[in-house]
Amino acid sequence: MTAEVYNRETEAAAPDRAVASARPSRVLSSLSGTKGLIVPAVLVAGWSTLSWAGVFAPNLVPGPAAVLAEISSLWASGDLTSHIGVTLTRVFFGFIAGTLAATLLGALTGYSRTARELLDPTLQALKAVPSLAWVPLFILWFGIFEASKVTLIAVGVFFPIYLNLVEGIQGVDRKLVEVARLNRFSRLDLVRRVLLPATLPSYVVGLRAGLALGWMFVIAAELMGASEGLGYLMIDGQMTGRPAVIVASLILFAIAGKLTDALLAGAARPFLAWQDGFGDMKGASHARNR
Amino acid sequence: MLAIDSLAKHFPNGVIALNDVDLAIDQSEIVSLVGTSGCGKSTLLRILSGLESASHGRVAIDGEAVSGPHPEIGMVFQEARLMPWLTVADNVRFALKDEDKATQDRKIADVLAKVGLADFAQAYPRQLSGGMAQRVAIARALVRRPSILLLDEPFSALDSFTRLQLQEHLLELWREERFTMVFVTHDVEEAVALSDRIVVMRGNPGHIHAEFSLDLPRPRKRTDADFQHWKEKITQSLDLS
Ligand SMILES: Nc1ncnc2c1ncn2[C@@H]1O[C@H](COP(=O)(O)OP(=O)(O)OP(=O)(O)O)[C@@H](O)[C@H]1O
Ligand SMILES: [Mg+2]
Repeated sequence: MTAEVYNRETEAAAPDRAVASARPSRVLSSLSGTKGLIVPAVLVAGWSTLSWAGVFAPNLVPGPAAVLAEISSLWASGDLTSHIGVTLTRVFFGFIAGTLAATLLGALTGYSRTARELLDPTLQALKAVPSLAWVPLFILWFGIFEASKVTLIAVGVFFPIYLNLVEGIQGVDRKLVEVARLNRFSRLDLVRRVLLPATLPSYVVGLRAGLALGWMFVIAAELMGASEGLGYLMIDGQMTGRPAVIVASLILFAIAGKLTDALLAGAARPFLAWQDGFGDMKGASHARNR
Repeated sequence: MLAIDSLAKHFPNGVIALNDVDLAIDQSEIVSLVGTSGCGKSTLLRILSGLESASHGRVAIDGEAVSGPHPEIGMVFQEARLMPWLTVADNVRFALKDEDKATQDRKIADVLAKVGLADFAQAYPRQLSGGMAQRVAIARALVRRPSILLLDEPFSALDSFTRLQLQEHLLELWREERFTMVFVTHDVEEAVALSDRIVVMRGNPGHIHAEFSLDLPRPRKRTDADFQHWKEKITQSLDLS
């Protein structure tokens, strides 16, 4: 429910980037409710039945049993843990780097008009470069190893966070700012007590969209040249003609994306309780009891 | 005393919102500003509050020129303007500083009791009705015990019953605290019910057209012939403008 609201806002806030990232995570977020499990269960059942009835060619579409077997054998050999670990590490560092840069620059251009006039046009122009187009340059600069991958992920993470943050700061209700001025708030207090909390909802939207893009870009980075990671596992499955490995990697990506998003949303929730109605139930009865 | 001397406001886009406005308001006096839409009432109030600066002329409190927001002035807008992420108590705390938490808490509890919201200190703005939210805004404006309270159509978004209630409530608070009030309204009855003096403004450019000192005793009964007579008179003055 909450995630749905966020994703809809994301689409409005950063349409070009968000659409691709919002769809899968919306589908996935509904998995967390029990009702959300019904459709996947039906799909798996259908998949299972059709595979068992021999409708699909097993060498193209493996059955759920084959995929499960593949996952458990990868798990048993320890390969799975190390692939997941490598991918997670890349996403983590890319996400942190992208978030830091986006937060610093976004706060600066959102708050200071001069900085906005100076920096924003450039950043908007860079945004227009399809992010994968950076790949050759990053490989040239940072080599084919970790640095280029992490940088690519950071670039993907950067824009939704930056755009949402700037928009959030710009969109803070002038009327609330006037209340702070009437009470002679210092600049610091204005930022701390009005701008920051008012901007938080759209910042969180940006973080979640950024994380989704981080997952998208880690695959891109790993498909293009890696010796480890879930993306590599997919390529490996393709090269060696093992579709079960590809499907297994897809499922693992879905689970990892969903879990990290849920983690982020959960961490943000206490700070947004005023907004998303999380505390509504308690509050409403409190008000009624009086 | 609040003194407004030959005040003018020219906006950068060329609009002259106020031209040569003179007004002297006594301590504890209640003055209403009425006038057609766009005649500069809000602009005048915003200059008094220090949110907007004047192009010419000056505003002084007890002889001292005001430039920028002033601790002796509280302001209430048409919208409650509460921070949705803060409880009622913390919204009121916005108007307090330089005091320890315990003193603040005591002042907040006092003022919330005065506006009848003692039980809602920990509620969030989304849990309040429009009238309650506006009472929180009044509490926030009064918690510093300012000597001047400015109100820009504070009750115009409320239903007529709640509006009546809040008018009476505001008068009660005024009887206790005796702050000076400058009250912008479109509702002539509201102006007559509250004011010692009613200032009728006209636009293009905004200026004071007429002033009426009301000699009605308090508490006022809206059904009295005198009350009706003033209502008639103010309405006429407005219609001509
Ligand atoms: N920031 C601004 N920039 C330019 N013009 C403005 C600005 N604020 C107000 N004005 C203009 O100044 C004039 C007076 O506006 P003001 O808001 O004071 O009117 P008002 O009497 O409060 O009207 P209402 O009864 O509708 O609230 C109007 O013509 C308005 O368009
Ligand atoms: Mg107005």
